[in-house]
Amino acid sequence: MWTVAACLMPPLVLSVFIFGIQTLVITAACVISCVVVEAITQKCLKRQVTIYDGSAVITGLLIAYIIPPSAPLWLPPLGAIMGIYIGKHLLGGIGYNIFNPALLARAFLMATFPVAMTAAWMPPLSTMEIFSFYGETVDAVSAATPLYLLSHGGMAALIEEFGSPSSFYGRFFLGWRPGCIGETSTFLIMAGGLFLMYKKYITWHTPVAMLGTIALLTWIFGGDEKLFAGDPILAVLAGGAMLGAFFMATDYVTTPMGAKAKLVFGFGVGALTVLIRLKGGYPEGVAYAILLMNPMTPALEVWFRPQRFAPPLGSDQ
Amino acid sequence: MMNSAALLTFPKGGVHPPESKELTSGIPIEEMPVPANLEIILGQHIGVPCEPLVKKHSKVQEGELIGQVSRGLGVPIHAPISGTVANIGDSYHPFRVSTPSVTIRSSTDSEPVCYTPVDWNAFSREELKDKVRAAGIIGAGGAGFPTHVKLSPPPDARIDTLILNGAECEPYLTADHRIMVEHAEEVIIGAQVILKILGIKRCLIGIEANKPDAIATMTDAARKQSRDAANRGEQVEIAVKTLQVKYPQGSEKQLIQSLTGRKVPGFGLPLAIGVVVQNITTARAIYEAAVLNKPFIEKVVTISGRGIKRPANLNVKVGTLVSDIVNYLGGTTEDLKKVVLGGPMMGFAVSTLDIPILKTTSSILFLTKDEIDIRPHSNCIRCGWCVEVCPMGLQPCEIGMYVEAGKGKDTRQFGALECFECGSCAYVCPAKRPLVQFVRLAKMELNKKPLVV
Repeated sequence: MWTVAACLMPPLVLSVFIFGIQTLVITAACVISCVVVEAITQKCLKRQVTIYDGSAVITGLLIAYIIPPSAPLWLPPLGAIMGIYIGKHLLGGIGYNIFNPALLARAFLMATFPVAMTAAWMPPLSTMEIFSFYGETVDAVSAATPLYLLSHGGMAALIEEFGSPSSFYGRFFLGWRPGCIGETSTFLIMAGGLFLMYKKYITWHTPVAMLGTIALLTWIFGGDEKLFAGDPILAVLAGGAMLGAFFMATDYVTTPMGAKAKLVFGFGVGALTVLIRLKGGYPEGVAYAILLMNPMTPALEVWFRPQRFAPPLGSDQ
Repeated sequence: MMNSAALLTFPKGGVHPPESKELTSGIPIEEMPVPANLEIILGQHIGVPCEPLVKKHSKVQEGELIGQVSRGLGVPIHAPISGTVANIGDSYHPFRVSTPSVTIRSSTDSEPVCYTPVDWNAFSREELKDKVRAAGIIGAGGAGFPTHVKLSPPPDARIDTLILNGAECEPYLTADHRIMVEHAEEVIIGAQVILKILGIKRCLIGIEANKPDAIATMTDAARKQSRDAANRGEQVEIAVKTLQVKYPQGSEKQLIQSLTGRKVPGFGLPLAIGVVVQNITTARAIYEAAVLNKPFIEKVVTISGRGIKRPANLNVKVGTLVSDIVNYLGGTTEDLKKVVLGGPMMGFAVSTLDIPILKTTSSILFLTKDEIDIRPHSNCIRCGWCVEVCPMGLQPCEIGMYVEAGKGKDTRQFGALECFECGSCAYVCPAKRPLVQFVRLAKMELNKKPLVV
């Protein structure tokens, strides 16, 4: 668990340079809220207190990473209550929860406080003035996320804001774009994810299936007018695709175990993401796509059982 | 160094626990002096225990029959030493609570018994099989299945291959390793006796690559014996095969797959695919029975772990108490935490040292705090590592969760009954869940007979 938390650190550090020091404050608030909520919940439910296993810390980090850098500080505790108390413990506790707690928190915050969650996206800092926005009202600065522009004004609006694709691919890859706190740096998220794969904590199946599906379906259906005109690179660089693919769709508890089931899970998340992005009411769909696939996990486990060495004759396999 | 990809192995699952064999792998087999008392458990084999043939205070000679089975598959038991029967009562058992036994007090004035070799080739198949049964030989690997039964396949079985299991994949264990290094000839002759009993020509000996010295001595001995057999006009093929170091390489089903590519069917026996598997110690015991007329009364046992003062490979009499062995080896260290009979993966922790050595005991491990993990277990987080390492393709995590929820009887779908309890799942579990124990509970639930009113 702590290795996963460590792999999540680089994007946080970078976010300070992209959006300013308040990202640290928000993240700290999320982590502390989650740990406190977990401790109180477990005490009240008379269960063993397991705040040292690192699970609540990761949930806290992930909640922070998928809310905007301009979020007010009363959002984190509410997210923590939704994610940890309801999403994790009331649905069975660690190992038994059906939905990814961090994503449940985001879905709840999005539905309940849409303005705080989406109205004011911060543009990346142009200089190293990481303290410059601190204390200012968030309305003073605002920008639109790439996916927002894409869904409301098409590719033209995106190019008007960020320049030609060849110039923004590089910046998006590094993380310099408006977005949630920890989702912007494709590079660092990928590095963390690849390290987890190297350590064999996660496998390639889900991320590859999910990102591949997003890229493919966006390429086919994502064009403004005709088929096969979408931008697959932008599709995986923008929004929460990377963070979702490496750190959320690979969550042990809420996703399947077997390789085949993981591939199907990844395909499902990718397809739902593209569907929501292109046809849904929100510009971004990764969070909902994963949440919709989470309850499919038990079914996928049953459909894709591991190959037994030699099951007895006449058994169910 | 051989390329590990070229080594034989089984395809699915397996783990690589620290081998810890360096504690004893270089130490020659040492004869332990006969202790004052032996407690010989009457139920060594699978099945009905032996009935004692001796009475209290009667004198016995080494090798004399002291127990005989009245029914079932069992084999007789012999006196490992000369002495007096001090008691017929009960002894502690490694994993049963207590069990009937014969206690023999050794006599100091008895003559050592001499075993003179005979030409085993002069005996017929049936005579050799009788010798194996009469010598009280059972599978020394752990299950304790009577060997002569394994050597009596039904007439319709088409056996073509004998496999000798020299994998010794459990960490710490080096007894078979030392036997192969020091008594390779005897093991190979034992293999030839088995080949003759089965009426087949082909024997494969699987040894893990971490025992290069054993591979060398066994290969030499196999070549020499094959030549000798050819000179007698017999064609036998005895081949030593190097196996990849991976636990549980020595599991019967996995070993057969590694060496022959054949798969034992679910709940089937190796006989079904034409294979008979024997343990190295068993093969040597068969040699001693056939050539020396010596019954199965002693055993090489690895005494290891960082909790014993002097680790060793000891040749001990069956019935020797663990406490006597500990005293002989200078006692235990202060940081001893756990005593395990058998390997660390599949063995059983014991609560007393007054347990006698069985024909199936391969090792006694004295483990310190650093060698065991006593952290409490927590909830399953469904990481799936156990599914990945299970050599049988089962779902230990699900079995564990079902058992915890009181639904052990619904675990057939996850393969609970196919589990042979190798412990790979529990070894990798990050939540430290006692998955093997959960499986045992599931098996108990599944095997419960419905109440008949």
